[in-house]
Amino acid sequence: MTDLLNIEINGVRLQVKPGTMVIEAADDAGFVIPRFCYHKKLSIAANCRMCLVDVEKAAKPVPACATPVTEGMKVYTKSVKAIEAQKSVMEFLLINHPLDCPICDQGGECELQDIAMGFGKDASRFRETKRVVREKYLGPLISTDMTRCIHCTRCVRFGREIAGVMELGAPGRGEHMAIETYMESAVGSELSGNVIDLCPVGALTSKPYRYTGRPWENTAATAISPHDCVGSNLKVEVRRNQVMRVLPHENEAINEVWLADRDRYSYTGLHTADRLQQPMIKQGETWREVDWETALTYASEGMRRVIASHGAAQLGALSNPNATLEEFYLLQKLVRGLGSHNIDHRLRQLDFSDQAHAPVYPHLGQSIAALEELQAGLLIGAYPRKDQPLINHRLRKAAKRGAKISAVNTIDYDVNFTLTNTVVTHPFDMPLHLAAIAKVLAEQTGKTPPAAVQTLLAAAKVEELHRQIATQLTQAERSTVLIGTQALAQPNLAVLRNLANVIADLSNSSLGYLPEGANAAGAWLAGAVPHRTTAGRTVPAAGKSALQMLDTSCKALVLWNVEPEYDCADPATAMTALQAAEFVVALTPFVTDTMRGYADVILPISPFAETSGTFVNVEGRWQSFTASVKSLAESRPGWKVLRVLGNFFKLDGFEYLSSEEVRSEIDTLTVGIIPQTRSEVQAPSNTPQRPSLLRIGHVPIYAVDNLVRRAQPLQQSNDALQAMVAMNAHTADKLGVRHATQVRVSQAGQSVTLPLYIEASVADDCAVIPAGVVGSERLGTGYGSIDVKAV
Amino acid sequence: MSNTARFVRSLFLLELFKGLSVTLRHMLFVRKVTLQYPEEKAPISPRFRGLHALRRYPNGEERCIACKLCEVVCPALAITIESEQRADGTRRTTRYDIDLTKCIFCGYCEESCPVDSIVETHIYEYHGEQRGDLMMTKEKLLAVGDKYEAQIAAARSQDARYR
Repeated sequence: MTDLLNIEINGVRLQVKPGTMVIEAADDAGFVIPRFCYHKKLSIAANCRMCLVDVEKAAKPVPACATPVTEGMKVYTKSVKAIEAQKSVMEFLLINHPLDCPICDQGGECELQDIAMGFGKDASRFRETKRVVREKYLGPLISTDMTRCIHCTRCVRFGREIAGVMELGAPGRGEHMAIETYMESAVGSELSGNVIDLCPVGALTSKPYRYTGRPWENTAATAISPHDCVGSNLKVEVRRNQVMRVLPHENEAINEVWLADRDRYSYTGLHTADRLQQPMIKQGETWREVDWETALTYASEGMRRVIASHGAAQLGALSNPNATLEEFYLLQKLVRGLGSHNIDHRLRQLDFSDQAHAPVYPHLGQSIAALEELQAGLLIGAYPRKDQPLINHRLRKAAKRGAKISAVNTIDYDVNFTLTNTVVTHPFDMPLHLAAIAKVLAEQTGKTPPAAVQTLLAAAKVEELHRQIATQLTQAERSTVLIGTQALAQPNLAVLRNLANVIADLSNSSLGYLPEGANAAGAWLAGAVPHRTTAGRTVPAAGKSALQMLDTSCKALVLWNVEPEYDCADPATAMTALQAAEFVVALTPFVTDTMRGYADVILPISPFAETSGTFVNVEGRWQSFTASVKSLAESRPGWKVLRVLGNFFKLDGFEYLSSEEVRSEIDTLTVGIIPQTRSEVQAPSNTPQRPSLLRIGHVPIYAVDNLVRRAQPLQQSNDALQAMVAMNAHTADKLGVRHATQVRVSQAGQSVTLPLYIEASVADDCAVIPAGVVGSERLGTGYGSIDVKAV
Repeated sequence: MSNTARFVRSLFLLELFKGLSVTLRHMLFVRKVTLQYPEEKAPISPRFRGLHALRRYPNGEERCIACKLCEVVCPALAITIESEQRADGTRRTTRYDIDLTKCIFCGYCEESCPVDSIVETHIYEYHGEQRGDLMMTKEKLLAVGDKYEAQIAAARSQDARYR
C-alpha cells in the first residue's frame, strides 16, 4: 500500500499507517517503551511523560504516546537522550510515591515497581516532606490509597470514556492534585472494578481481595462468566484450591479488556456459610446428611414412585439459565428419558403463547463486536446497562460515534449514553408504540406489513416520536432491533416479539435478543425447553413450561440450582406448588431454610469455578471451560451427578467419562444450526387484562442468581436494590399514597410493607417492585396486578 | 629408595615412631580443642542461623506485615502465610507457619524481610517428640521472639554495620 509511512525505530525500518502514534508503532514492532498514562483503550493524555523518546531532529525528547508518526521519522527509544529523559521522569514520579511496597496489594504486579527497576535510582535525592493524600471512600468494591497515586488519570478517563459516569476527577493542581470523587460517594458504575486493572500503581485496589494475597502465588485458570449472556472471558486466580480473585481475560471479540463488576466480584459468594457440603435427605421432619449412593437411591426411588403412581407427565424439571450446556443437555435427556417433556429454564418468563415460533435459540442477530458499528438501534424492554453491561458498552461506543439509539421501555432507565428517543410507557401499551413505529415504517417503505398485525397497526396512534424512531431505523445502513431481558419477562412477550419482527423486517434491521442468564442460548440448543428437544427439534406433544409446571403443581419436581422465591416469575405460586409436590429434588450449591421446607433430597452440585462445561453466548459462541478449583467437600460437578442419576434409572446413553464427551455429543447433534432470529409473524393470541395498578418486577443487577445474591461486596453496593415500591407522582396521587413513606403491597394473597419512593422515571399506573430481592420473595408474578395502600 | 634403606626403616619401625611423635606432641604440648558439650558450648557468630522467631516492636505490636517476601524466597517452600486486613486496617498475617522439617536454614527469609520481623536466632537446641512439634506456628514463633528479644536485638546491632 502506498499510504503507509516509512519510519525507523532503533534502526529498524517499519511501515505504519498515518495517524499511528509512535508508542503504537513501537508496541507492534516489539520495542518496549515505559508508560503509565497511555492505555490502548483510553484517550491519550500524555501527562505522565514516562514514554519520552528521542526523535531525530527534534530538539527535545517527545512523548511517544502523543506523537504521530511522520514520513522518514527516526525514533530512538534507548538512546542516551531518551534514557536520561525517562530516568528523570521516573525520579520525579517517585518523589511523592510512598515506599510501602511491602504492604501494597499492587506489589508484584505494579507497573511503577517494574519500571522503577529499569529506570529508577536506588536512592532518592528528595529531602523535603512527601505529599500525603486523605483517603476517599469509593464504595465496597474499590479500596484507595491515594498517596500512591501518580496522576496518570487513567481512572478519570475510564469513567468519562468507558463507564460514562463523571465520578472520579482530579480537582486541585500541582501538589494539591488528587484523584477523588466530586462528592464523597461510592462509585456507581457497573464497570467500576476495571479501574483496579487500569491503575498502574496501588492507588486503586480490590477491596474484597485487599491484603489477602500476592500475584505471584496465584495460578490463573481461564473461565467464562456465569452471569450474563455476553460470556466474558475470565482469569480465575487460584491459590491452594481457593478462588482468590477474578480478572478479565482479554478477548477483543467479547469483553475487550473489561469486566463487569458482577463477573469480577461474584466469586466472593462462593464460600458462604450456607454452602452445601454433603447430600441430604429428609426423613420425617429431620434432615440427615448421607453419602451420594444413599441420596441418589433415595432421589431415584422417590421419582420412580411418583411416576408409577401419577404418570411421567407429573415429573418436571426447572433449571436456572446459568447451567452449562452439558448440564442442560443431560437434564433434558434424563427427564425425557423418564417419559416427560416438562423441562424449562425460562423461569422468569410469563408468556409462552408463541414459543413454537421462537427462533432455535435467542441470538443477538449480529456479533457483539458488530454492535459498535451500528448506526441506529431500537431497544425494546431492555436495560443492557445493568443486565448485560458489556453489551451496553458496545452500544455506548456506537452512540458515541453517532448511532441513533432509541428505546421503548417501561422505566426511564438511567442509561449512560444519549438515547435519541425514549418512549416510557405502561408495559401493556408497549405494543401500541411499537405498532405506531411499524405503521410509519410501512408508510415510509411502502411495504405491506403482515396481515397478522394489521389490526394492531390500524389501532396505533402515530406521534412525532414514532416517526423519528422509524426514520432513524430506515435511514441507517446498519440498524438493529433488540428485545431486552425485561421484555422477555413481560406477559405480552408474544405481541412484542411479533412487532419487533415486523419493525426489523420493514426497516431492514437485524433482530436480536438479550436473554437473561449466561446460557439461555445453550439451554435452547440443548433442549431445556418443553416444546423442543436438542438442536431445536420439535417434540410431538410439548411439555409444561416453567410457569405451567408450578401453576398445575407437578407431583415430582427437580430444581436445578433454583431458589424459586427469588428466581421464579411467580414466587408465591412456586412456593405453593413446591409445598404441594410429593417429591422435590433440589440440586444446589447453597442450601436455605426455605429449601429445607419444601425439598425431599438436596444434592450439592458445584457452582461457578468448580465445574467444567460450556456456555453458549448470545452471539452463538461456544466457550468451554474447566474447573478452576476442586469441588468443595462432597459437592460434585452437575454433569457427573446427572450422569450417575441416569445410571440409577438404568437409562441408555449415560456412560460419559468427561464433560467434553457430552459436549461432543451435543456438537454432532447441533451441527449446521444457523442462528436465525426472525420468526414468522403471528396474530397475538393473548392480550393480558390491564389492571388498575401493574407491578413491574424488574430484576436488579445484583439479584440475578444465587451466587451474586451471596456476594457480600456486591450486595453492599449502590446497585443492590432492596425491596421497595417506586411509582411516579401521578400514580401515587391516584392511589392516595403521595406522601407515604411506607406502603402495604398486596399481591397473590400475600402482603408486605415496603418503603415507597416517588420516581418520575416509572410509567403511569405502574409500580416497580424489584424481584429476586429480599422482601419481595412472597409476592406474586413480576408483572401482575398489585394493590398498594398507605399503611 | 633402595631395598636396603627400606629394610632398615621397617626393621626399626621408624615410620611408626614418626607417627607416634605427632600423638605425643598433641598429648603433651598442644592446646585441646574438644568441647565438653553440653557442659561447654562453642562460640557462635551473630549471623548464626538457628531457630526462627517473629519479632515485635517495643510497643508490643508484631512487626510482620504479611508482605510474603519470605514465603516466596524460601527455596524449600517451608513457609506458609495467610493474611487479611485487621480490624484497624493494617495488613497482618492470620497464619504464619514454618515447617522446620523442610527448612534448610539458608537465612533468605531473614534477608528478605523488610521489617526485620522473621529472624533466625542463636537457638539450635530444640527437638520435636511427635509429628507437628517442628511445625512452627505464628504463636510459637512470636513466643520465641518474645523470649529471646534481647539476644536477637544484640545480634542484629552487632551485625548492623555490615548490612
